[in-house]
Amino acid sequence: MEHNIYKYILRYSKKQQVILTIMSILSFPALYYYLELPKIIINQAIQANDIAFPVEYAGVEFDQIAFLYLTVGLFLLMVIVNQLFKYMINVYQGITGERMLRRLRYELYCRILRFPMPTFKKKSPGEIIPMITSEVEPLGGFIGEAFALPIFQGGYLLVIVGFLVVQNWIMAVAAIALYPLQAYFIPILQKKVNLLGKTRVRLVRVLSDQLGEAVSGVEEVHAHDASSNMRAHFSNQLDKIYTVRYRIYLLKFVIKFLNNFIQQLGPFFFYGIGGTMVINGTLEVGTLVAAIGAHKEMAAPWKELLAYYQRREDARIKYEQVIEQFEPAGMRDADNQLIEPEEIPHLEGELVASNIELSDDTGSKILEGLSTRFKLDERIAIIGPAGSGRESLTHVLARLIDPDRGRLMAGNVNMITAPEAIVGRKISYVGQHGYVFNTTLGENLFFGLKHRPLHEKSYAGDEELERNTYIKNAELTGNSSDDIEANWHDYKLAGVADEDELNARALDILEMVDLSEDVYRLGLRSTINPEEAPETAELVLAARRRVFEKIENNPSLKNMIEAFERNHYNTNASVAENLLFGTPVGEEFDLDRMAENEYVQKIIEEAGLTETFLKMGYQVATLMIELFADLPPDHEFFQLYGFISSDDLPEYQAMISRIDSERLDNLREEDRLRFMSLPFKVIPSRHRLGVLTDDIEEKIVAARHRFAEELPPHLKDSVAFFDADAYNAATNLQDNILFGKIAFGFAQATEKIGAALAEVVEEMSLRSTIIAVGLNFTVGTAGARLNATQRQKLCIARAIIKNPDVLILNQTTSGFDTATQARLMKSILNEFKGRCLIWSLDHAEKTADFDHVLIMRGGRIVEQGSPQKLKENSAPYKELLAAS
Amino acid sequence: MSLKEEVEILRQIPLFAKIEPSKIKLLAFTSERLTFQPDDLVCEQGDNGDAAYFIMAGEADVIVETPSGPLTVATLGKNDVVGEIAILIDVPRTATIKAKTELTTLKITKDVFFRMVTEFPEMAVEMMRVLAERLVRTTDDLQKAKEMIRSDD
Repeated sequence: MEHNIYKYILRYSKKQQVILTIMSILSFPALYYYLELPKIIINQAIQANDIAFPVEYAGVEFDQIAFLYLTVGLFLLMVIVNQLFKYMINVYQGITGERMLRRLRYELYCRILRFPMPTFKKKSPGEIIPMITSEVEPLGGFIGEAFALPIFQGGYLLVIVGFLVVQNWIMAVAAIALYPLQAYFIPILQKKVNLLGKTRVRLVRVLSDQLGEAVSGVEEVHAHDASSNMRAHFSNQLDKIYTVRYRIYLLKFVIKFLNNFIQQLGPFFFYGIGGTMVINGTLEVGTLVAAIGAHKEMAAPWKELLAYYQRREDARIKYEQVIEQFEPAGMRDADNQLIEPEEIPHLEGELVASNIELSDDTGSKILEGLSTRFKLDERIAIIGPAGSGRESLTHVLARLIDPDRGRLMAGNVNMITAPEAIVGRKISYVGQHGYVFNTTLGENLFFGLKHRPLHEKSYAGDEELERNTYIKNAELTGNSSDDIEANWHDYKLAGVADEDELNARALDILEMVDLSEDVYRLGLRSTINPEEAPETAELVLAARRRVFEKIENNPSLKNMIEAFERNHYNTNASVAENLLFGTPVGEEFDLDRMAENEYVQKIIEEAGLTETFLKMGYQVATLMIELFADLPPDHEFFQLYGFISSDDLPEYQAMISRIDSERLDNLREEDRLRFMSLPFKVIPSRHRLGVLTDDIEEKIVAARHRFAEELPPHLKDSVAFFDADAYNAATNLQDNILFGKIAFGFAQATEKIGAALAEVVEEMSLRSTIIAVGLNFTVGTAGARLNATQRQKLCIARAIIKNPDVLILNQTTSGFDTATQARLMKSILNEFKGRCLIWSLDHAEKTADFDHVLIMRGGRIVEQGSPQKLKENSAPYKELLAAS
Repeated sequence: MSLKEEVEILRQIPLFAKIEPSKIKLLAFTSERLTFQPDDLVCEQGDNGDAAYFIMAGEADVIVETPSGPLTVATLGKNDVVGEIAILIDVPRTATIKAKTELTTLKITKDVFFRMVTEFPEMAVEMMRVLAERLVRTTDDLQKAKEMIRSDD
């Protein structure tokens, strides 16, 4: 990358800079006349000095009034022309700057993708992120004006100086006499500011690193009461930044002071020297006034130039400091990632490593002249004590780390020089903690299949135009124009023909890594959009009917689930759910705050239930006070069982003692709301409060019907009503299939209903459909919504689905429990029979089922062979066996 | 069955006889009422226990696994308590409880149970009485068994 910001600007925006400069120069005449015209208007058009009316222009005669309108008309025209120039220049500057900023950011990002792995041990995301996001931001603004501004303002300044020289050369010299002084002192001070600026940038980076650490390590902070220490460190860093900023301010304002002072020295000289000359009769008063006026005009461009100089220095430092961070030693060539070989070779034959050497950042050797060869159709275990270089060898074999020297051949492919297109597709690697991206499970699973946009999406009409603009903009800024909407799935690599086969393969692999049950469960708890997946919705409805039948025919199940029936009160659902009879969508109907909703209030009133609800509220409140009054406020019962929180309890106590239960029709608004809110939470069969009589239930069912019928149009989308024959888009698959409430008070009801559901899923072969829905589950930041085991299994599945010639696992399963480890190892070994699997293991006894074992010690392979052979006559192997 | 009825039933259980009605109500309200179908297992021998069950209706068999197969040692009915041993001392369930008829119980979790016992010493005394009675009965049975063995000799 260019180290000098000007070189960078010229290299990528020479044309734009030239255009901007030309536009600036072209704007001069208009600007000149814009400044000139007022004089003509006042002197000639209004005061009729030095002019005799009528005047003749281009064969037309003008009297004074007409001349005035001509000149003010011209003035208006100049204003418009001037503003148009300004508009064009500003927009073009903005575009140029933004394009360059986009290019710069993109280039920096590409560089991160090419950093050698050890760089990330020294650089944290906290440092890198602000560099690309905020630090380079001001550069965009500067790049736009880099050439145009000094030329424009400088030119303007020259014009004025020229004007002064024409008036009186002594005055001109006097006006600019102090500029050299400024030109000498300001850079010296500015240099100091620059150095401080550099320090500040560095300090802020450390600050963001600290911030990142506080977030990532927050568990440790709490666990060790380290917050004071953390605060002290943060405060210390803030102090350093403050001190630097303080000094910057001091210097900046010294510069400002000097500038203003020197600027004001001009009039001092004019009045002094010019005044003397006027008195001596060598200068006319008019000239002196004009000179002072011109000098005043000079102030603005000169100020602009000085400000530009400061911005330029600022931009230069930022640029240099950022660039320097993005040039670590050992960075891979861009071509290494961009080359797309005509044919991706199959890695077969033998893998030969000779004299591989690798040192860490302190210079101590990790791999010392390691040499080995093994067949690429065998399953290989690597074992060795800690520090033997086992992990580094897997990194080198997976081409994550470049060795310092040595040769690495897979068949006839030179792995050291092979582009990522070969090594990244033919080799898979999973470490101890694989990373899961913040997208869906499926996207994560197919991550390793997305190398290039293979099946372009076709566009038409407006979309095509948009796409073309997108491509044009990307090309103008050296960005990638690959379409993220295209289908990137490399079916050929995965060994499948199309998406359906890929999905089938995904199911197999999820099964293989023991993840399908988890995904199935996630699928059951996911929602789908029935318009996008009508077949799935149809299947779910069929499953609902089947579950219904099953439950109808089994007396022991019959009581355990209470289906949603339009004309029946559901005693296992709350009053709120019974009234709404659907799933709320959005914020409008909140099941916990139904009483506050105006529409709900209206329906309750119309159903003649208001008084009943108030009475129920009164009863519930009385009972709650009776039960909970003696409990300490932090008692868990409040949270688990209470209708009223411990904070609100005294409020209700006061209300009950104040209000007569016979006079509930005459309540204050807030008391009313308090009582009204309680009955909505009652679930008859759970709470057994006995406040809901059959009569009330019937009325609620009637109100339910009215609620749906009278729902105003703007609320139509706020609730998805229960309909036995329709898919409910607002609720998850499981609730859609069961379409009812699991009854309270029946032992193992959840398990038994779950078993019935599982049977139906089995009978209808729905499992794969539900797993497919589960693949749309969004996993959260770094996969936070999955547990560690699920994440790791997902990473293994991702490594296998791309069908690699070589799968490298680095203690990948060591975080699992023993049984899972054994199960996974068995299925992976089975899958890779006859293919190359390289597995770095921490226990020698796990190597029994491998074809070949490499034993490492001190950065070399000391012995290798089949586990049976090694067991008989290898001392290191026996040692490792004994140790494990 | 409403809360009121449950409270009535609970009050007839000797263990709760001396406790204020409002506390029994709280106990009933915070505890889950569970219905078991015939042959459902209330708990299984060897499992970890986290709750005791008060039988409100129906009957349950207490079954112990012996080397010669499962042996029904007792049948419990209304107002009986099952499963209290495993929550008093941390041992796995000492017997399997199986619903003989449709069985309605009140499930009282370990936490709630201990809270009640510590708050109401009367309940602890009552508990001791029940356990002591059971010990007397067991000792009696043991005596008889020994005599039987001796007379066999």
